[in-house]
Amino acid sequence: MSPRIEHRNSQTRYLSYIVGFILSILTTLAAYLAVVKQVWPMETLVYIVMGIAVVQLAVQAVFFLHIGRGSHWKVVTFAFAILVVLIVVVGSIWIMNNLDYNMMHMTPEQQHIYMLQHEGI
Amino acid sequence: MNEVIREKEIQEKKTVGFWIYLMTDLILFASLFATFAVLRTATAGGPSGAELFDLPFVLLETMILLTSSFTVGLAILGAARGYKKQTIFWLMVTFALGVAFLALELTEFNHLVAEGNGWDRSAFLSAFFTLVGTHGLHIAVGLLWLGVMIYRLVRFKFKKTDLNRLALFGLFWHFLDVVWIFIFSIVYLIGSMA
Repeated sequence: MSPRIEHRNSQTRYLSYIVGFILSILTTLAAYLAVVKQVWPMETLVYIVMGIAVVQLAVQAVFFLHIGRGSHWKVVTFAFAILVVLIVVVGSIWIMNNLDYNMMHMTPEQQHIYMLQHEGI
Repeated sequence: MNEVIREKEIQEKKTVGFWIYLMTDLILFASLFATFAVLRTATAGGPSGAELFDLPFVLLETMILLTSSFTVGLAILGAARGYKKQTIFWLMVTFALGVAFLALELTEFNHLVAEGNGWDRSAFLSAFFTLVGTHGLHIAVGLLWLGVMIYRLVRFKFKKTDLNRLALFGLFWHFLDVVWIFIFSIVYLIGSMA
């Protein structure tokens, strides 16, 4: 792959940082105010805060880390790292929550009733 | 012209190598996040996040770090155009903001430990201190790196390698910013919802 020489002028590069900075400030304030003012019920709020965090990740990745500019290996390794991160985080939460049932000092009958009530199993 | 392209190619390779290091660091943080997520309710009768966290204080920390991420960008752009003084100025601003962030974080830690809510209080607090502390340690190492770069710029002439080093430092600093955004959202915001 032949390297590309950058043709973007400095004006647009400054703009990229300024837009990224303003967007990241605004999204941070949005998440903060949503939690402090408690506009939504808590279950919804968790998803909203997580959603805003992902938006912020996208803003940082595009405007500051410049993913997509330069070598395509940056994108490939980034995608792979995100995959590993999701497996580690989601997998851990999933497994450990299930494991909780086996740590509750219940008889098998009690456990059966508990799981029926909480998971519908 | 050929020489320029060759140099760019070499720098591109170095960037990819550094980028892969950042991705492994990301996985390190992911495992700490997973630990925190699993242990967040294991307070062992101690205080929960809702009772401990001071959200306006953490918002201030976040704003400082976001701003420092912006100023390092300005330093890189200044360097790309060959403005040495401008570069040094913005790097020093970044350094000051980084030190302010670290000072605030240590104040918070000190406060928690002084009230008996140290890392030995509960599994939740162990996970909290490990995750946030690891990020703080990265910031401290970044400040060391930044200090050396500022010294080199002040002491020696501007070199091509300075530009490249600066670009890699920019990646490192923005990366820490991204990690902090998730700490802010998951640990502090969601953690304070009780």
